[in-house]
Amino acid sequence: MSAQLLQYLLSGLTVGAIYALVALGFSIIYNASNVINFAQGEFVMIGGMATVSLIATGLPLPLAAGLAIAATTLVGLVLEKLAVERVRGESVVTLIIITIGASILLRGLAGLLWDKNLHALPAFSGERPIAIGGATIVPQSLWVVGVTLVVVAALWWFFNHTLHGKAILATSHNRLAAQLVGISVRRVLLISFGLSAALGALAGILIAPITFTAWDVGVMLGLKGFAAAILGGLGSGPGAVLGGLALGLLESLSAGYVSSAYKDVIAFGIMLAVLVLMPGGLLGRRSAERV
Amino acid sequence: MNLRSGLSTFARFASIATIAFAAHAAAPIKIGSFLSVTGPAAFLGDPEQKTLELYVDKINAAGGVLGRKLELIAYDSGGNAEKARTFVKRLIEEDKVDAIVGGSTTGETMAVIPLIEQAQIPFISLAGAIDIVEPVKKWVFKTPATDRMACEKIFSDMRTRGISKIGLISGDGGFDKSMRAQCIKVAPKYGIEILADEAYASKDTDMTPQLTKMRQNAQIQAVLNCGFGQAPAIVTKNFRQIGMTVPLYQSHGVASKVYIQLAGGAADGVRLPAAALLVAEAMPANDPQKKVVEGYKHDFESRYHQDVSTFGGHAYDGLYLVADAMKKAGSTNKAEVRNAIESTRGWMGIDGEFNMSPTDHMGLDLSAFRMLEIKNGDWTLVH
Repeated sequence: MSAQLLQYLLSGLTVGAIYALVALGFSIIYNASNVINFAQGEFVMIGGMATVSLIATGLPLPLAAGLAIAATTLVGLVLEKLAVERVRGESVVTLIIITIGASILLRGLAGLLWDKNLHALPAFSGERPIAIGGATIVPQSLWVVGVTLVVVAALWWFFNHTLHGKAILATSHNRLAAQLVGISVRRVLLISFGLSAALGALAGILIAPITFTAWDVGVMLGLKGFAAAILGGLGSGPGAVLGGLALGLLESLSAGYVSSAYKDVIAFGIMLAVLVLMPGGLLGRRSAERV
Repeated sequence: MNLRSGLSTFARFASIATIAFAAHAAAPIKIGSFLSVTGPAAFLGDPEQKTLELYVDKINAAGGVLGRKLELIAYDSGGNAEKARTFVKRLIEEDKVDAIVGGSTTGETMAVIPLIEQAQIPFISLAGAIDIVEPVKKWVFKTPATDRMACEKIFSDMRTRGISKIGLISGDGGFDKSMRAQCIKVAPKYGIEILADEAYASKDTDMTPQLTKMRQNAQIQAVLNCGFGQAPAIVTKNFRQIGMTVPLYQSHGVASKVYIQLAGGAADGVRLPAAALLVAEAMPANDPQKKVVEGYKHDFESRYHQDVSTFGGHAYDGLYLVADAMKKAGSTNKAEVRNAIESTRGWMGIDGEFNMSPTDHMGLDLSAFRMLEIKNGDWTLVH
């Protein structure tokens, strides 16, 4: 394998892991409520920005990161309590529009509360690139990839081996039946918003040393993460990871071998083609099951 | 109507007329402005507005212009060209301003030019693109140096280092695309050959594929990044990550401390053109621009407690060009003020030395830019 190709693959892997982390957050809330939470990108932004400002007060990184995740989780819970829960029973479209409104509100608040400048977090374990067969990767990318894998494993365990996780899955399959067997749908929604806010914040902290963070980073990350979630199959954890990696690799390979100006066109073109052939996404449930 | 009430009516009219006349004698000179104080271009409009407020106060404290106070009427266009048009209409028709200094972005400026030309009112734009003053429009001037000049500054520095074959990498934002086009246009004039022309989306998070492609081309002697925002910092980091050793040039679009903070150690050795304001401290004492920029920096930072930016400097130059022209013309007559602005010669501002002429409504030359190199996380002047 040429060093050039290897570099493209490593780049795609780095970017793809970032998309995958964001995509996972979309999937959790979708599982619980069939709602696509367009404020997911804002959770990512809040995680990164809160960590930056906590570090500025002198806290060590692990503590700052922990507090930022807690704060973002709180934002997620408050969003669910104050906005989403009030309109339960309304159609999914109403809920989705509420999340769009929430994302605009959160972005505006962040611009006021913090500032509109870009900020960088220090890399967790140095900036010295690691050479692999003529190509290089920064240690932070390994953090992103590694944590993504850990998170996927943890989520798999949560959804398949804990009562709360199973309750979420049950609710996603049939809300009424879940309610009838005694699952509190309200609790499930609350947990899923908290969980996906925490996950978003974690993503925001991990990627801030690579991509930097600012009040408006949520827009692009939210969009790409959403695309990755759709490509992999909404609601599927492994699908989100696969979709993210596929999107990242498509982008870097088309930038490297075809044209960097049209890399997004190529990546999204291929994505559309996949969705035409497999409407549920790469690993999505068949839509017939949804009825 | 009896005589008495008729007289009193007359007296009332007379007194109103007197008040109106007195008010007119001391009536302030109205400077209109429309700036992107909020929205995506807030980083431009915010320091511009603060600068205008600061120096209108200063000029008034020193007795005003032509014995009259200045009054600033500023609207927030939020970076929206349609809003900018509405506000300029209001400035001209309702506020009846004497001159307009404003327009943070090129889009807003271009949108209002027809209104300005029609109303025949002196207008100094604070936006970057060369299209604003090329071709020359009778009533339109601008203070910021153009991206074409930045390209020329970079290319002439490359030539002195013996570089003639370069790779270009640009973002997809308005600034990035405009500068890329200008650089490609002037490259032949400096004998620069562009061997690679790569692109990225401004919010992309990794540019190693584009840079790897350039690394494979052994003929490339330097890389120029026409970029804005966070992407150039990522380009800089990726550039070092994949071990490229040729010189890296950035544009004046990232000439701020934020870029150095974001790119960290990777920024060492990067060269870029920038306004004198950034390197006020590093300038030699005999530099004629040193006093002007240091004065502005001190005024701005002591009032607002935030770092000075070159964008605010554009507003400083715009306001003083108008104020000086009014003094020179001895009136606020719009045609005379316009002529006075056009005949500005050897005036030293924040953006450089202005030499306006009927064919040049910006009046700056390449000396407006200083070539900087980043060393140990700080700017140094390249001589």
